[in-house]
This record gives sequence, structure tokens and C-alpha cells, in this order.
Amino acid sequence: MQEITVETAIQLGLTAEEFARIEQLLGRKPNFTELSMFSVMWSEHCSYKNSIRWLKTLPREGKQLLAKAGEENAGLVDIGEGYACVFKIESHNHPSAIEPFQGAATGVGGIHRDIFTMGARPIAALNSLRFGEITEAKTRHLLRGVVAGIGHYGNCLGVATVGGEVYFDACYHTNPLVNAMSVGLVKIGCTVSAIATGEGNPVMIVGSETGKDGIGGAAFASANITEDSVEDLPAVQVGDPFQEKKLLEACLEAVATGALIGMQDMGAAGITCSTSEMSAKGNHGMRIDLSRVPTRQPGMKAWEILISESQERMLIVVKKGREEEVRKIFEKWDLHCVQIGEVTREPQLQFYFQGKLEASVPADSLVVGGGAPVYEREYRRPSYLDACQAFDINSLAEPSSQELLELARTLTGLPTLASKKWIYEQYDRLVGTANISAYAPTDAALVWAKPTSKVLALTTDCNSLYVFADPCKGTQIAVAEAARNIVCSGGKPLAITNCLNFGNPYDPEVYYQFVQAIQGMRIACEAFQTPVTGGNVSFYNQSPDGPIYPTPVIGMLGLLESRDDIMTLHFKQPGDRIYLLGQSRNDVGCSAYVYALKKIRYSNCPFFDLQEELQLQQLLQQLIQARLIRSAHDVSEGGLWIALLESAMAARLGMQVQSDPAFRKDAFWFGESQSRVVVSVSADKEKNFLQAVQHFPHRLLGEVRADQQLWVDGQCWGELLAWTKAYEDTIARYMETDTADIHSFF
Amino acid sequence: MKFGVVTFPGSNCDQDMIDALHAMGQQVIRLWHKDTDLSAFSTDDMIILPGGFSYGDYLRCGALARFSPIMSSIIAFARQGGKVLGVCNGFQILCEAHLLPGVLLPNAGRNFICRNTYIISRQPHTLLTRKAAHRPLLVPIAHAEGRYYADEDTIENLFANGQVIFQYCNEHGEVSATSNPNGSLHHIAGICNREKNVFGMMPHPERAVLAELGNTDGRPIFESILSYSSSHQLHSAVS
Repeated sequence: MQEITVETAIQLGLTAEEFARIEQLLGRKPNFTELSMFSVMWSEHCSYKNSIRWLKTLPREGKQLLAKAGEENAGLVDIGEGYACVFKIESHNHPSAIEPFQGAATGVGGIHRDIFTMGARPIAALNSLRFGEITEAKTRHLLRGVVAGIGHYGNCLGVATVGGEVYFDACYHTNPLVNAMSVGLVKIGCTVSAIATGEGNPVMIVGSETGKDGIGGAAFASANITEDSVEDLPAVQVGDPFQEKKLLEACLEAVATGALIGMQDMGAAGITCSTSEMSAKGNHGMRIDLSRVPTRQPGMKAWEILISESQERMLIVVKKGREEEVRKIFEKWDLHCVQIGEVTREPQLQFYFQGKLEASVPADSLVVGGGAPVYEREYRRPSYLDACQAFDINSLAEPSSQELLELARTLTGLPTLASKKWIYEQYDRLVGTANISAYAPTDAALVWAKPTSKVLALTTDCNSLYVFADPCKGTQIAVAEAARNIVCSGGKPLAITNCLNFGNPYDPEVYYQFVQAIQGMRIACEAFQTPVTGGNVSFYNQSPDGPIYPTPVIGMLGLLESRDDIMTLHFKQPGDRIYLLGQSRNDVGCSAYVYALKKIRYSNCPFFDLQEELQLQQLLQQLIQARLIRSAHDVSEGGLWIALLESAMAARLGMQVQSDPAFRKDAFWFGESQSRVVVSVSADKEKNFLQAVQHFPHRLLGEVRADQQLWVDGQCWGELLAWTKAYEDTIARYMETDTADIHSFF
Repeated sequence: MKFGVVTFPGSNCDQDMIDALHAMGQQVIRLWHKDTDLSAFSTDDMIILPGGFSYGDYLRCGALARFSPIMSSIIAFARQGGKVLGVCNGFQILCEAHLLPGVLLPNAGRNFICRNTYIISRQPHTLLTRKAAHRPLLVPIAHAEGRYYADEDTIENLFANGQVIFQYCNEHGEVSATSNPNGSLHHIAGICNREKNVFGMMPHPERAVLAELGNTDGRPIFESILSYSSSHQLHSAVS
């Protein structure tokens, strides 16, 4: 038997202080199996040890919240008519960097399990993806694999992928981001907790066999990516959506019997995590015989079974005497359902293997809020922020009208701004027959919450360049844009889940970005009254080239009380008047125009004022309720030009628009200052509309044309079709030709 | 007329199909893939194999589902003249079970495609199309293996016998390669057997029934089936 020393602990990714803490908690030296358990449970991924102190400052209460952040696997929000919505976002960045297909697929599988482990049926999926430049062969390889992986898992499981976002930037070249969000629906009162109580109640493992895949995955996700990371390939799990589909149906049938005390999915840290978290929550313990766990291969050791991250498994605690009833359900679905132990009064986890006690630790010692360490990290304002603030628009010459047209064309075909059709067509967006946005585009994805009359509005948002330029304000913008997308679609923002993707927390400048981002999120969530229901932190998105841009992705849930409130983004009728709501500014900071076209890395975060944003959203809600507008589309990346073009393309109608001479033309058309929305108004409603908006900045831009021509400031910018081709086919052309150079569409 | 909807392990459009039939005011009996007793159904009734990934599409789409216990009963039911419809994975299963000719190969572009496609029928006399023919219908597809393929003789016979019930087309109803999403031979989207009681189609009509979602182009297909049933029952009553 190997002698356990502090070096062993360090090899497993723990620190010397953490090793001392384990000895203190146990009152003795841990054995190798126990040390392995601590190493995964105290990894950054499971313990949130470097983030929890700040996460606790986020608003977590609201009148519609049925479960607070951290209380359950995912947030639970009352949507009325006796139903609640459960939703959460999670990262699978590190596995996807090494093995994009399986990495992304298991990310999707894992987040859906988080939802149905609570007894809810997942009804929609979203994702937020970041890659390096599409001109790089490596990016195209990763994009192809990630998209196929998300599609493979979600399509087979039968949960519609209804929305998402994709950005391309060199900072994600080595560290792509794959964040997956799941949204489920459950009858209030029919949820299950991840809890173990009642001495003698049987503990069962259900679903797939346990194999050697994904051993140490949580620890792997808690380190920087280097050239050696490929050697960690066994740390990437393999997913089987067919097993998950059966597991989903069987689990929901089992929940319906009322025979379950608790259920917890096996994600990171496998059996160790589920047994310790369920026990700690119920203030009980478990006696488990690992020899009974169905394994995929012979000769697995106790510690391997304990920390394996094999997919499509659940741990359930069943009311004693009702085991047979539950076993029959899993048998019907051809799934394992094996009793591996029982709940004990004493809050101690005891793992036996082949008759021998292999590990014995207090359940509480392993988990967040229990024995897991909590760190205060130092942080320091990075000096690059000065360069961002020093940017001056006057350093750029104002483009001529011909240059303006060229710039608009180039912007339209930028992979980050262009249509993601090549990607989303690989996702089944319609299964479940609840996707309302499939035939009428909206800023947020609208999903009918069957069988209620309500409609969910869902979105994921984060412009990480804004966060890079000003972590606090940039994160406020991410929350504001999510809320604006929901309001533009006719909904009311309810709550958020977050996926916090950052570099190495031990780098004080990275940690500064993190702390500032959390503060920005707190300020914005309080203002929009959208509490944080849960989420995920992904640190160490850092390679020898440096950290990624700070990317706190916001997944927001909104609600429409009725389908009558649905607002779409496309123009409706020739002759309709096109208005801009919100203030124009001579601000091009962090715009795609400045960053991607002018190649300026450091510029100011776009103008944003929280009060102005709140007023805009209130006004929009009133306009939609009063049926005064026919379309609404938020101005975001690419500025006003891209917003207008998207409303025109979706309608297949041309437009004629004029700029405001008070502003530089590049700023007017391509600037990304916040709190602006493009709306269209029918002639007969224009008078009432103008009355409703009189106290808020607004400007008539022009009108919708009957033909397909685009006219800007009296100049013809050509036919809509050419723009549509550039917008829709750019990514497909890169992917299908697999080259760095594609021909212009104009 | 009654409908039976089969759930295989991995089916994921079974509930959508049931919801669509309920929206059309129909009675539906759920069938489990291990069931073998179809005595509740007469040959006037229809059994539907829904879309999804039966058995995870392992080996080949539909290749394992074909051996599910219910399939031998369905084959017998079809041989007696019972009505059978397979949508997407259901179509793949019917081909694997040889209730329909040909195979469904991986899409020409190799990727899974979910897209709203127009389809058109030139066959106004089949159970599925009598109220749905001669006009383009917007019915979504969602598959990775939907490229219909059969040898030349089979294809020739399909056309000669009026067994090609749907082809991909554009919004004006014109059939051409640019509107064909997956490379199917002759742009075939759906077929039936020679006896015209077994039907398979890749597009999902059940996804285009609920008015709440903004597209009801799938309704004429279900209305065709129901109109047959009512005229047939009327005919039976008269005779």
C-alpha cells in the first residue's frame, strides 16, 4: 500500500494546506481512496472555493422563486397555473477543447440531468459558444465537433435547441467555451430534492454502468489547458443520449410513484459527489457497498468507482418497502436499478468494497458549505483598462459614404455577426412542438409552456469584449441585453442563471475581472428584479497565450402571460414607419466596427446607463401592451445597421432610412451604445405611438419599402438578396470549403 | 377510426404525434414496443410509427426497432390491409421491415438538418393526400438520414404506380434540386406501398398542426386520412 504523504495530495491537485485540513477533519491521515474523494470534491469545479465568497453577494430572492440558488440542483420559478420552470446553465469548456464532439455532447447531457433529477421534464435547450477565428483550421474542427455533439445529444434526447449565441475571437483559440442551458417544466409540488433521509432507506444506483471514463474530470477542469492536456483524454466522458432518453422517462415515471425520498444526478465526481451532497443535505449518512455497483469493465478499484464520471447515471433514495415498484420501472426501460447501500442515522459516508471498509468520512466534510475550503483571493486592477478608457473616436477619420457602404458589407459578413444558420440547422428546434419562434423570429426564443397558457422567453447573452473593457459595466450590459431581448419579444424578465467563464483565479488581474463582473451582475439583477437562481463557475480558461476575455454568460428566463403579447422582430408591411427608440451617441467603443474592422483592441465599453435602460424597457412593455408597434428588435453587435438589416431580411422587405446629421455616420450606423431598439409602426397607429414615446428619446429613421431595395441617406445600397446571402451563407461557406479565404458575396 | 401510436425506446416524437391527433379531435391508443396484441384495431384504423432515435439509431436507423416484438404484429396488420404511417424514424423502420421499398441514406450534406421544407403531392387519390395534393405544404424536416434511395426499377415502379406521395419543392410548388434538402433521389420525401395502405414520409406533419405555433400546413394530411375514414364509414353504412 502506497504511503500517503503531502506529495500524494499535491499530485492529486490538492495543496499542502488542504492536506492538513483533511487530516484535521478526519483526525487522522486519509488513505488513498479518501484522498481521491477529497481531491475531486475540493476541486474548483465542485467546491467553488475561489468564487463562493463572491457568489453569495448576488441577489437570490424573489417572490416567484420557489427554491433559492444552492438549495436545489437548479432554480425553480413559479410561472402560474400550478407550474414551475426549472433552468440552469453549465460549462463544458475543458472537455470540448480536447474532444469537441463528446465534450459538447456530455455537456448537454449533464445539464438536462440537472433538470430532470428534480422531477422536471426538459422542454428547451440553449447554448452559448465561443471559438477562435473561423479562418483557423483548428476553429473549424472544434466548431464542427461541438455543433455535431450538441445536435447529436439534444436531437436524440428529443429536447428542442431553441436559442443561443456564437462568437469568434482569437482569445478563445485554445480555450473554446461550450455553455449549455436546459429549461424544464414541473407541476408545483411534484419536484424531488437531492436529499437522503430516513435510516434504513435503500440507496440505489440507476442507469448506465460505471466505467473508467471521466476519472478525475472535475480536477481536469480545474487546471489551465496546456500541450499536455491531450494526455488527459481519459478525463473526457463519453455520452449516450439513447441511455439518457430512457433514463429521463424512467426517472419521471419513478418520481410520479411518490416512492422516492431523493434523487441526484451523477455529474462531476460521480458517486462521491452524489452520496456526499445528498447525505449532507439530509444530515444523514450512507453505508455503501461498491462491489454492487454495475461496472462496465472488470477489475475496477474502489477509488475508480467512487470518482468515475460515467454518464447517464442517477443515485436515488427510495422509501423502504417500495424498492420493487421502482425497480420494475427501470426494468421496463432496460436500465440497471441496483441497491448499493442504505441511509444511516450517523452522518458518515462508509464505502465498502469486497467486504473491506475502503473509506469512511463525514459527509459534510466533502461539500460546499461544509468542510470544503473557502478562499479569499487577492485582486488588482489591470493596467490595460487605462488603454480602453483612453480611446477617442476622433482618432478615427470619419468614413466617406462609399467607405460606409463597404464597411456595412464587411460587417454583415463577419462570422460573429452573420447568421448562425449553418449551426442551428443541425439542431432539432421543433421537437416537442412548443417552439413559437420557429416561424416568426423573436429576439428571445419563445417556448409554449404546455399545458399552461403561458409562454417562456429564453435567451443567453454576453459580449465579452464589453466585459474585458469594463468588467463591472460590461456585465451589467450582459444582463440588460438579456432583459431587453425578453422585453422586445413581449415578455417580462423573471430570473437568471449564470455561467462564469474566466481565466486563472490565482492571477490577481483575472480575479479583478471576476470580482468586478459579480458586482456588475448584482447591480443589474437588483435593478431588473431578476434574482440569480444558480449557475456554474469555470475558471482556468487560460493557456500559455493568456486568459480568455472574461465571459460571464447570462441565461435569462422571462414570461409572457399570453400569446397575444408576442412581439416579433421582422418588418410587417410596406409603408410602415421605422423608428429608433433610445438615444444615439458618438460612441463606437467596443463595436464590431472598431474592434474587427479597424483592428483596435482597446476601446471603451459602450455607453450604458441603467436608469435609461429601465425606462426603455418599461416603455417597450407599454407599447406592446397597447398594440402600438408591429416589430421590435434590439440594437446590439454591429449597431443600428445590423439591427435594421435583420428586421428587413426576416421580412424579405426593403427599407429606406436616414441618419441623424448630429452624429458621425459611423457612430450612428455601427456604434453599439446601449438601450436602443428598432420598432416599426403602422401609419394609423403613428399618432398614438408618438404620444406614447414623447418623453423618451426617439427618432424617425424611415419606412419599409414594397420592393427589396435598401436606401440609406438617399443612396441605393442594392438589393436585399445580396445582403441576405452574405449574412446567411458566410459561416456555411467557411465550413463547407474548409478554407481561410472565402470570396466576397457582393 | 382509431389511431395507435407506438413508442420504441428512443422514440421522441410520440407525444407530439399524440398531441397533434388530439388537436384533430382523434382518439389515440398508446402502444409500447413490447406489445404484440393489436386486436383493438381493425383494418380501418391506423398505426403510426413516430419519429425519434429508436434504439439510439445503433447499427443503422430503424434496423433494431424492426425486431421489436410489436413489429411482427404490425407487419401482419399491414398485410391484412391495416393502415400504417411512419414519420421520419418511423419511415426508416418501415423500410428496414420491408413494408416499404428502398432505404434512407445519410443526407448528401452529411449533417443533421432541421429546416422548414415545402413538399408537394401529385397524387390526389391516396389516403394521405386526397385533401393535400397539388399545393405546396410547409412541413419541417429534422433528420440526418433522409436521402431516399432505391434501384432504378423500384423508382420507376413507384412513379408508375402512383406511390410517390410527396416530393420536396419550393414555395411555388416547383420540384427541383435546389429545394431538395438531403439529396433524395427524384426529390422524394414520402412514398407508399403498392397496396396504398402503408405510408412513409421524412417531413413531420405533426409539427405543423397546432395553430399556436404558426404553421398548420400539416393539417391537410391528417384531414385526408380522416376524410377517407368518414367517407369509408358512410360507404360501409350504405352497403
